[in-house]
Amino acid sequence: MSNGARVGAAIPTSSQQVADGLRSVGYLPSESTALVSYLATKLGKPVLVEGPAGVGKTELAKALARYLDRELIRLQCYEGLDEAKALYEWNYRKQLLRIQAEASDAGWEAVQQDIFGEEFLLARPLMSAIASEQPVVLLIDEIDKTDQEFEAMLLEVLSDFQISIPELGKVSSTTRPVVLLTSNNSRELTEALKRRCLYLWLDYPALEHELEIVKLHAPDLPETVAQRLVEVIGMVRELDLKKPPSIAESIDWARALLLLGANDIDTQTFNETMSVIVKHRTDMDIVAERVGLKLAREAEPADAQPA
Amino acid sequence: MPSPPDPIDFRPGNATRGALDDASRDGERATEGVAAQLLALGEQLREEGVAVGTSELLDAFAVLREIPWTSQGEFREALAATLAKSQDDRRVFELVFDRFFFRAVELAAVSECVEREGTTNAAAALEELSETELDALRLQIAAAIRDGAEGAMRDLARLAIATFGAQEQGSGVIGVDVQRIRRALGLRAEPQPELPPEDPRREGLPRESLRRFEAMLRRELERSQVQRTGRLPPARPLGDLDRALPSGPLADLAAVHRVVAQLRRRLATQGKQSKGRRRHAHVDVRRTMRASLQTGGVPVELRFRPQRPRRPEIYVLCDVSTSVTSASVFFLSVLHALHDAFRKMRSFVFIERISEVTDVFERERDFKAISERISSDAGVADISGYTDYGRVWSELLEQIGDELHPRATLIVLGDARTNGRDPRAELFAQVATRAGRTFWLNPEPRLYWNYGDSVIAAYEQWCTAFECWTTTQLEDFVNALTRPHLAPMR
Repeated sequence: MSNGARVGAAIPTSSQQVADGLRSVGYLPSESTALVSYLATKLGKPVLVEGPAGVGKTELAKALARYLDRELIRLQCYEGLDEAKALYEWNYRKQLLRIQAEASDAGWEAVQQDIFGEEFLLARPLMSAIASEQPVVLLIDEIDKTDQEFEAMLLEVLSDFQISIPELGKVSSTTRPVVLLTSNNSRELTEALKRRCLYLWLDYPALEHELEIVKLHAPDLPETVAQRLVEVIGMVRELDLKKPPSIAESIDWARALLLLGANDIDTQTFNETMSVIVKHRTDMDIVAERVGLKLAREAEPADAQPA
Repeated sequence: MPSPPDPIDFRPGNATRGALDDASRDGERATEGVAAQLLALGEQLREEGVAVGTSELLDAFAVLREIPWTSQGEFREALAATLAKSQDDRRVFELVFDRFFFRAVELAAVSECVEREGTTNAAAALEELSETELDALRLQIAAAIRDGAEGAMRDLARLAIATFGAQEQGSGVIGVDVQRIRRALGLRAEPQPELPPEDPRREGLPRESLRRFEAMLRRELERSQVQRTGRLPPARPLGDLDRALPSGPLADLAAVHRVVAQLRRRLATQGKQSKGRRRHAHVDVRRTMRASLQTGGVPVELRFRPQRPRRPEIYVLCDVSTSVTSASVFFLSVLHALHDAFRKMRSFVFIERISEVTDVFERERDFKAISERISSDAGVADISGYTDYGRVWSELLEQIGDELHPRATLIVLGDARTNGRDPRAELFAQVATRAGRTFWLNPEPRLYWNYGDSVIAAYEQWCTAFECWTTTQLEDFVNALTRPHLAPMR
């Protein structure tokens, strides 16, 4: 259950330090993101991160792990996730083999004591995060996808950082993991869970901030194109779409434009590459109609094309 | 968002930034002061309906130990992260935070008898402004609002009060004064095409900055009122308007969509839950055998055939008559969202008779286009415009009576006001018994049910009725669906 000899980075002492640290590993945090991450490392409280899909909630956890030089343990939630998949499970097969191997000569008592040992325990993400000797970053992704029962089970883990196993007793953490829970807000989480967390709302970034992010991930993209790109993305987000483009999609688009060697985003390039940022048939119609036409109007009449 | 109190307003050296600076200056005594202030802030948040528990307050104290208090941004963010645990709460938090520290500062100022000259001097200087100069000022303010320039807006708000507010010495009611000044400045969110093209007001001003400017006017007026009277007015609880997120119909639509997405999940998993998880699962012999190979042929783990979630079939009836006009936008957005979430669904709108609108929703994505098409050519806006539930039921039976089966869910959106006509509850009973589950969402407060021509009681014995005209209530409805006794399966 140990993670080898990793040496975690020193605990940061100000939110500015966290901001710089996250920057250095390629994540550009907003002011509140840096502050809340700092508080999380300092107080050891879990952070509930909410926001629309694709604004970098999961990425934040990865960046924190890189910055703090800790292992990232990820628990992806889904409907029907249960304790056996999240906490621990007994390794039935191994237990069975042991019983078969020993049944003849040892008594039941001895075998029973034997088969409920750590050797037969399969640690799942929450368990490994708590039992780890080195501090880790634990990411509980899309907590809103699970059932309320699972949330209730998490409470013990999140408030005391311990897990009770009936046969073995309590396993408590020796180090405080940094815990991030993400939610797309598809369901209201229980008060009890929220109570135990710090709250961070991540939204689509402001224009300049997104420009910075795009430039970080596609440094070769010409300045003017990058500027234009974030403006267009902003326009697209204003529309009533099924799935507005996220930061991840802006970055993909920037890379696509880079590959195509585009020098400007005109109607033609836009229509050709639109599928990178818009992922629904109906959305594409809306975007082509509204944004495509606007681009055409802005361009010189010579190369304006009907959308 | 209204900006925090501006230190420029006060003479240097006075205790103006409230208890916070005091606290950082002289340790022990002030720590108590901060604790008291923070508890008071928590109390005010509770009064506004934010669930602030003791553990949240303890967290707030814990975070304040970790951050420098000199930066207002960090102070506010840190408190918000511990006290406000949702977007709505965050919004209320911002308002209460501003109000609270504004009052704390003013209280300190009053108790120390701080006086300010700024506004009165400005008023004297501006009294003699000519009409052209006033026009220039109007343009300047409009430009600042259009650009959303925070600092300029605040300065100009003060100037505007000095110029336009002083004329009648104010009405004494701040809300009225704010609106009077706004009118005098000719600030509107709507385009004003009669203005010359270079006027920033011509295209209409952005709503959000306009709202911010009004908030600044309000703040400045409050400040001068405190200064005039020398004491604080009683704290005013936040109105629903303040509290509401600054959202357009689109954001509301998004909220409805979110709730309906939950509804879909609930409907999809409902049958399974009420049956108990594995009771009717069939053992998959082949997979069990294969799994048993790992344990030496002993079938330790039983493998089951996956249960296919049954596809819910939904029928929705939506009242679009005049008596539910106010709720019909909400209803239509619910319909819109339902269509987004469910494949197998038919929807009808009705006034006097029913008309199927499934096609409209399937073809159109744009909510506006949908509501236009329904009001224009859905063929329901005919005849009298009064609901005739009796006729609606008989037509419904005729049209989908044979299709209904125990796995179907019927949702009626309507106020059950028959305009004195026969409710024909026996027909509704037939419909409801053929469908597996029937829900009625009534946009009227429960208090008004069964008064006047409302006959919801006649229908309620055949279905489960909910009061529903906001997203929150829609959410309640969805939550109620999971409680088995409310959603009987047959």
